[in-house]
Parts: sequence; C-alpha cells; structure tokens
Amino acid sequence: MKVQATSRTAAGLPTGKLAVWWVIASEVPIFGGLLASYLMNRVANPGWSEGLEHLNLWIGAFNTLVLISSSLVVMLAHAAAARGDGQKAAARLRLTAAGGALFLCIKAYEWSVKIRAGHVPSAGGLWQYYFSATGLHAAHILVGITILLIVAAGAAKGKELQRVELIGLYWHFVDVVWVALFHLFYIVR
Amino acid sequence: MHEPSQGANAQTVARSVYLAAIGGAIVVMLVVAFFILTGGIDRWIEKLIPAASSFAHDVDGVILLVAGIVGFWFFASLFTFFWLLWRFRHHPGNPKAEYLSTHEHMLHQWVSWPHVLIIVCDLIIIASAVRVWYIVKQTMPPADATVKVTAQQWAWTFVQPGASGQLGTPDDVKTTDELHVEVNKTYHFDLEAKDVVHSFFIPSFRLKQDAVPGRVIQGWFKPTATGSYDILCAQMCGVGHGLMGARVIVETPAEHAAFLAAHRAPNPATPVARTAAAQ
Amino acid sequence: MASITASHGDPHAVDHHHEETNWFLKYCWSTDHKIIGLQYMFTGMAMALMGAFFIYVVRMQIAFPGHPVPGFGIVSPAAYNAAATLHGSIMIFWVAMPLIIAAFGNYIIPLMVGADDMVFPKLNRLSYQLFLLSALILIASFFVPGGGFGGAWTSYPPLSASGAFNLTPMGSTMWLLAVAIEFVAFLVGGINFIVTAMNARARGMSFTDVPIVVWMIVLSSILFMMSVGPLVAGAVMLLMDQNFGTHFFDPKHGGDPVLWQHLFWFFGHPEVYVVLLPPMGIVAEIIPVFSRKKLFGYRTIIYTAIATGVLSFFVWAHHQFVAGIDPRMANVFSATTVLISIPLAEMCFAYIATLYGSSIRFAVPMLWALAFVGEFLIGGSTGIFLGASGADIHLHDTYFVIAHFHYTFFPIAIIGTFAGLTYWFPKMFGRHLNEFWGKVHFWGTIIPFNFIFIPMFINGLAGDPRRYYSYEHFPQLATPGLQALRMTSTIATVVMLGFQVVFLVNFVVSLTRGRKAEANPYQANTLEWAAASPPPHGNFPVLPTVYRAPYEYNHPDREVDYWPQNEEPKEAIAVVSQAASEEATR
Repeated sequence: MKVQATSRTAAGLPTGKLAVWWVIASEVPIFGGLLASYLMNRVANPGWSEGLEHLNLWIGAFNTLVLISSSLVVMLAHAAAARGDGQKAAARLRLTAAGGALFLCIKAYEWSVKIRAGHVPSAGGLWQYYFSATGLHAAHILVGITILLIVAAGAAKGKELQRVELIGLYWHFVDVVWVALFHLFYIVR
Repeated sequence: MHEPSQGANAQTVARSVYLAAIGGAIVVMLVVAFFILTGGIDRWIEKLIPAASSFAHDVDGVILLVAGIVGFWFFASLFTFFWLLWRFRHHPGNPKAEYLSTHEHMLHQWVSWPHVLIIVCDLIIIASAVRVWYIVKQTMPPADATVKVTAQQWAWTFVQPGASGQLGTPDDVKTTDELHVEVNKTYHFDLEAKDVVHSFFIPSFRLKQDAVPGRVIQGWFKPTATGSYDILCAQMCGVGHGLMGARVIVETPAEHAAFLAAHRAPNPATPVARTAAAQ
Repeated sequence: MASITASHGDPHAVDHHHEETNWFLKYCWSTDHKIIGLQYMFTGMAMALMGAFFIYVVRMQIAFPGHPVPGFGIVSPAAYNAAATLHGSIMIFWVAMPLIIAAFGNYIIPLMVGADDMVFPKLNRLSYQLFLLSALILIASFFVPGGGFGGAWTSYPPLSASGAFNLTPMGSTMWLLAVAIEFVAFLVGGINFIVTAMNARARGMSFTDVPIVVWMIVLSSILFMMSVGPLVAGAVMLLMDQNFGTHFFDPKHGGDPVLWQHLFWFFGHPEVYVVLLPPMGIVAEIIPVFSRKKLFGYRTIIYTAIATGVLSFFVWAHHQFVAGIDPRMANVFSATTVLISIPLAEMCFAYIATLYGSSIRFAVPMLWALAFVGEFLIGGSTGIFLGASGADIHLHDTYFVIAHFHYTFFPIAIIGTFAGLTYWFPKMFGRHLNEFWGKVHFWGTIIPFNFIFIPMFINGLAGDPRRYYSYEHFPQLATPGLQALRMTSTIATVVMLGFQVVFLVNFVVSLTRGRKAEANPYQANTLEWAAASPPPHGNFPVLPTVYRAPYEYNHPDREVDYWPQNEEPKEAIAVVSQAASEEATR
C-alpha cells in the first residue's frame, strides 16, 4: 500500500533527498572520528612517514581517478533519469557500479601486497589506521555498489527514477571520503 | 464569557509568589545557620570522612559553596513549584485557567532575572572550582619525598626512598597495599598502572587520580592528621576491582623513622613483604 | 495478542486495496508505525524487567554481602560486575531509547503531524528488526563461555580490549556488537522521525504549530546522528583490538587508552540530552492538557533545547577530569559544564511558569509529568557538584555520581515512560487504565525512588566508590551507619520494584477490561486526538488540515476550554496562529 506521507514535501524537498542528506550528515562524524584519531596519532608519531612511503602514490591516484570518473558517470545517469530515460540511466548506473568494483579490486590488490610485505593491521600504529579507514570506506563502496544495482534494476523498468539522483548523492559522498583518505595517506606523508 | 477573575488580583498573586521564593531561601538560611552554629559545615562532612590533607578543606569548600548556592535555587524553585501546584489546583475557587496569563511581562521577569542571577552564581562556582583545581592538580609544591605508586590487577605497590632519601637507590622501601607517610610532610607521587586503567583514591585526603597504563602521572599531597585511612581503586579494573584496597598510614616523625628503620632491606633486591595491617 | 486485535478495531477500514493478512504479517512484519511503536514498547518493557533484575542482584549483594540472593544464588565478583555493567547498558540503550524515543516517536509523530504513516515504512520496520537483533545478541552474551561483559557500560580499554584482563572475551565482543547494531537501528529510525516531521506535516501546519514533543524527538534524533559517529569509529577500533590484534588503545604498542574515553564521551554526553529531550517533550504535552493552560514560552523551549544540544558537544571531558587529561583542559570543561545548566534551567522554569494562572487536575499522567519536573530539578542541581572540577576530585566515580544520574535518568526513562504511557494508553488501546491503581503505582514508585537515591549522596560523600562488590574490607566504609544507608537503598529498591507489579496488572487487565475510550477523552488539542482510539491503518479517514497552534486552551473567543488544531474556524478571519498571538501580547 502506498503511504501518502512518503510523497509529501512540506519542507520543500522530496523525502528521499532529505533522507540521503541526513544519512550523509550522520556518516561524516563516523569518518571524522576515525580520521581525527588518526591525525592526532600521526602528529605524535613522525616516524610513521617511513611506513607511508610504502604506499604507492600512483595506485592511489589511479583509484582516485576511477572513483571520480564513476561519479561523473552517475551524474550522467541522473541526467538520463531526469529526462525519463530509464534504460540509459540503468546502463550508466551499472557502469558506475563497475567503476566501484574496479576500485575494490585495485584496493584488494594493494592490501595483498602490503600484507605479504608484513604490513598488517596488527603490525602497528600506522597500519591499523590505514586498514580500518580504507576498510570502512571499502565497506561503504560495497553497499553503494549493491544499491546502485538495485536502483538500476528498477530504473531499467522505468520505475522509481527519482532514486537515481539519491544513490548519486551517496556515491558522491563516498567519493569525497576517498579523496580525503587519499590526501591523508598518500599525499600528505 | 471568560471572567477576568485571576487577573484582577495580580498584585496579591505576585506578592504570594515572591513570598514563596523568600520562604525557600529562609529555609536554606536556617539550615546553613544550624550547620554553622553546630561547629561548621566542614565538621559535618568530616563526620562522614576525615579531612586529613592540606587540600581536603579546599575541596570540601567547593562542595559546600555549590551546596549553598545550588541549594538556594533548588529550594526556591521547589517551593515555587509546590506553591503553584497548590494555589492553582482545580477547585471551585479556581474553575478556569487563564489564556496566556495577563502577566506575561511579570512572568518574563520571573524567568529572565533569575536567569541573570544564575549566570552570576555559576561564575562564582566556576571560579571557586578552578581555584581549588589549580592548587591540587596544576601546582607541585616542593616535595619532602617522592613515592612511586603502582596499580595493577589487583593490588597497590609503593616504593619510597630509604635512608638515602633518593628514590631509585638500593635502599628503597617497597611495600604492598600499605603506604606509610609522615604527617605534615609534602609528598609527590608518580602514579603508574601495569595493565588496565585504575584510579588512586584516598577519600580522607580528597585525592583522586586515574592510573593509566603507559603513562606516569604526577601529583602531590600533604597529610595533616595522623591515622590510618583507606586507599581505594576508583576505576573499574576487572573482577578484583572492589577487592584491591590498601591503607595509608600517617605517622608521627618518630613512628615514621622507626618504620623506615625496620624496613631497611637486608638484600636490596628483595622487596619487603607486606606488614601486618594495623586496623 | 488477541486483545490487541480487539482493541485495534478494523485495520481495513481505510484502505480497500489491502489483501487479507495473517497474524504474523499483521503483528510481526508490519510496516504500520503504530505496530512498530508497540513492538519497541513491548521489547523495551521486557528489557526493563531484565535491567531491574540485574540491579536487584547488585543491591542485594551490597546489602547482604556473600549471602545467596533469592532468585539468583551466590554472587561472584564476575557476576556482580556483569550485572552492574548490563544494568547500565540495558537501561540506557535497550530501555530508555526504545521506550521514549522509538516507541512514542513511532506511535505519535505521524498522528501528531497529521500523516498516515512514517515516510519510510519499510525502513522503519528494518530499524526495529535491527534493534531486536541487537537485544538478542546482548542476551546471548550472557550464555557464552566467560559470561556477559563486566567492564562497566563505559567499556574502557585496556580492560575491555583484552580477554586476559576482563576474562569475558566473547561476552565483550558480543556486548560491543550489540551496542553498535543498536546505534545503527537508531540512526535508521531517526531518519524517519526527522524526515516525517519535516515533510509529512498536515496542510496548514507550520513549524511553529508542531507540538513540542515532535520537535524534541526530532532534535534528539539530529543530536544522536551528529554525536554517535566518533563512537561508531571507536567501536570499530575496539572490535579490532579485541579480535584482530590491533593496538589502537594498547599502550604497550603505542596506543592510547584515553583516546577511547574521548571518543566515548564525545558521544556520551550529547547522548544524555538525546534521551532527555523526548520526555521533556512528553511533559510539555501533558502539562497544558491537565492544567488547561497554554504552554508558556513555546519558542523559548525550542531555542533552549537547541542551545542545550549545541552546548552538549563542548562539555564531554567533565567525565574525564581525573582521567589523565591535561589539567588545563579541565578548567575549560568545568566552565562549559556549569554553564550548560542555564538553558536547561530555563526549560524547567518555562514548565513551572505554565502552571501560573492555570487550573490543575491531578490525573495520573499529570502526576508523572509533575514528578518529572520535581525529580529532575534534583538531578540537574546535583550535576553542578560534579561539573565543578575542584569538587569532582572527591566525588568522581563515587555513589554521588550514581545518585546524580539516577535523578536525571530515572525521570527520563521511567517517569517519562509512565507519563507517556498513562497519557496515550487510551489512544493506543482504546481503553482507559484504572485511575486509582495508577495513583497507587505512582506513589509506590516515587516515594521509594527517593529513599533509594538520597542515601547514595551521603554514601558518595563518604567515599563509597562505584561498582564495588562489597564494602566489608574498608574500615572507613564498613561502618554501621554507612551500611545502614546502603540497606535503606536496597530495601527501597525491592519495594519500588514490587510496586511495578501494580502497573503490570493494571496494564494487562485494562487492555481487555478497561473502560472504553473515546477519541478525545482529555479534550486535548493535538491531532492524535482527532483520530479514533485506537487509530485504524492509515490513521485518518481524511488527512486533517491545521488551523492553529497546539496549545490554545481557554481561549477567550471560545465557549469550551480547548480548541483542536484541526477544527475548522467559524469565520476565515478567526485563524489564530502561534506567531500572531505572541505578537498580540508583546
């Protein structure tokens, strides 16, 4: 049964969009808390820059490029959905998901290289933060991929097209978090 | 048609509320007077727990200042509250409520002015608290001796300088669960924890400091009354949390010298066993 | 459950497209906000019985150390620590939050804003299911090897991070998982509260026509969302320390135990306002109805609630004055902590000022609402002792703290719940609770409550630390006088718990045999009273339109002493809004 409340807009914004913004707002302190703890420890441990040298800047940069491109693709998906073209929106959403999957594969490769070199979460200060931050982010990418595919399935049938913009917003957020991680771990050594 | 019954007696009602608040304040002042006349409020806290260190009275002073100020506001609010409940109960003399009391301005005064006074009281409390905090936690008066206090699951160990007067020398006196100190001497303590977070709490000194593993935290105290006082752990530390008690024994100079002499370790590497606790 | 079927009326009255559903789908798989609200309520009540049992064990051990506790047996130190830890954790996360935020929020918000349901009904169902999962994980933790976690609800590492220290490795992880999942459940649920209040308001309901309790639950949800993040991060870190060999909080490998404390209390302090605001809202609904007087200072109450929420982010380290933080920081936090009492005091004064010029009926909901104000005044006042850093040196981690926070938490979780339950019971179940037994239950709860906690102020001043298995081994604390005070607290606890039976019986019997309730038995203004008692699926046959603010009692232009928000004005110009009436009296 369709609930009337869902389609009300007394505050001027559609309910779905309001909800996604609130989700993003609550996620910011989660990553914020983890990264603030990392920063405080990083400042107190200048020796960690030696470990950070082991992170491959080029792989990190490539991953950033992958995610930013996928954000562009999801914006195009939204443009298609706004025009009512569900099929095109679905295809672009699936392409975005593929970008996310590529990101995860590269990340998995990176992790395996580190683990084989002995840099494991239990190895010490820097690595526990690196793995927990990138791990938490990767979990959000995985959830994002799942939702992208679910929304794509609906969009392909021309249904619930307003959700394309919403998953796009979430994806942009995940992208922004990665840019922050990229800066903190790969660039600002 | 709505009757302006209550409105007409604005002044009488205002006077009554005023009297109620004054009544509350008078109660507080009588209570305070009672305590002062019976030997000071300090004495009442001391009946519960002795004040045996140089800063105990300072800490008690903050507690009592807060009690006085907060007590006044609390009783004044509570009296006003109960008076209003009685005065405006539904009964034949008060069948109908007003719509927006016609005394909005007066009510705003009754809320806004107390507001300002409360801020002033808060500032007084903050100043008093910060002053005492500074004395206890941000100063380290010159020490007559330093004691190393180590907390672990589930016991306290103490290391004091022996005859050499220096900590870290072979003649250090080591005790478990018992700390002997001399009255009117200033001690620094270096507090450590071996495993989890504990807390070094001596109620009679009004002393408390968490012991955090991985850190050495310093503090000080100066015992001012001889006697035997509890040392308690004040941070959950596992199944033995309630069982890791110790004693601090404040001794006269003669007693303390005798204690140190008796514990001169024959073999410097051997820690001295715990003495029979004098209860 | 059959009684609930009877009292819910015909769930198909409104929507003719609904297929026939079975019992499971209707009561366990429902997306109806009212059913979900009741699910939270019954789960919370069951968890409250569990939390009460644990503190019964704790208090009996303190009063009769070493003696077997009736209904439990001998209490080992490990069992004692687990009981104390679980009492605190359960009461905050599995009783206070589900009852006053989720149960009342879910049931009442759509009704009060004039909507047919929450905006995301399926997400709502998910939030309850996550919550139930967290409760089941917690209960399961009692039965694993080692037993339930006993490291206090604050779970400080290194104790909580290592099974070698806490002796409950599985219990610790399950406790932490349960808390983390409960957080996710409330994050998800909070989105529904906020978006529904923002978007699904009835036509004509501006933000200043929204009842205070809705505002409070929304503000509480926002505060929760903004503050819980760092603790979620901390929980991930602690879970990793417990199970994956990391050393975030392990000082032997470069970690810092105090980091956990900051992450915990950065959430922990706003959390107490998260749980405080909703019952203050419930009290704000009840007082005008039973004093027949417009609420004093609607906007003031909202601004002070927002101010309190914002300020609550700047006080957290008052829990850590002696924890090893930089002593200079303590002064800053002492100042902010003492000052945060100001907006709170203002809120209480606004409620008290409402009584002025009113005509008070002492029905059971009103008794609970008034008791909230009186008892909370004690709680708030005693907080100042602890916020003053110099005094906190002596009082930290003693029974003074326990007494203080029970004078705030008990009004929040228990008095607030009983206030809301006795007030909205007719709406929820279509019947009235028995008023006489309601009063017996009220006095049988409030009087013993004070006898439990006033002695604890004295015990705390004398130096009784928290979480102590017994005081027998401490000569200064094992005195007959102090033990007599502990005995008083214990006896009063047993008496108070006993009186809860009166409530349970009243509740169960009234479900089927209570006097039938009409739609608006209290002659109140807010929109939930415009729906049937209980409301059908979809709530209103026609969604209401709002013409005025919620607290127009004894308006001079009216014959009767109330004016429902959705009652059509006689003439078009008779529409009175909150803003207009405040304008007139400035």
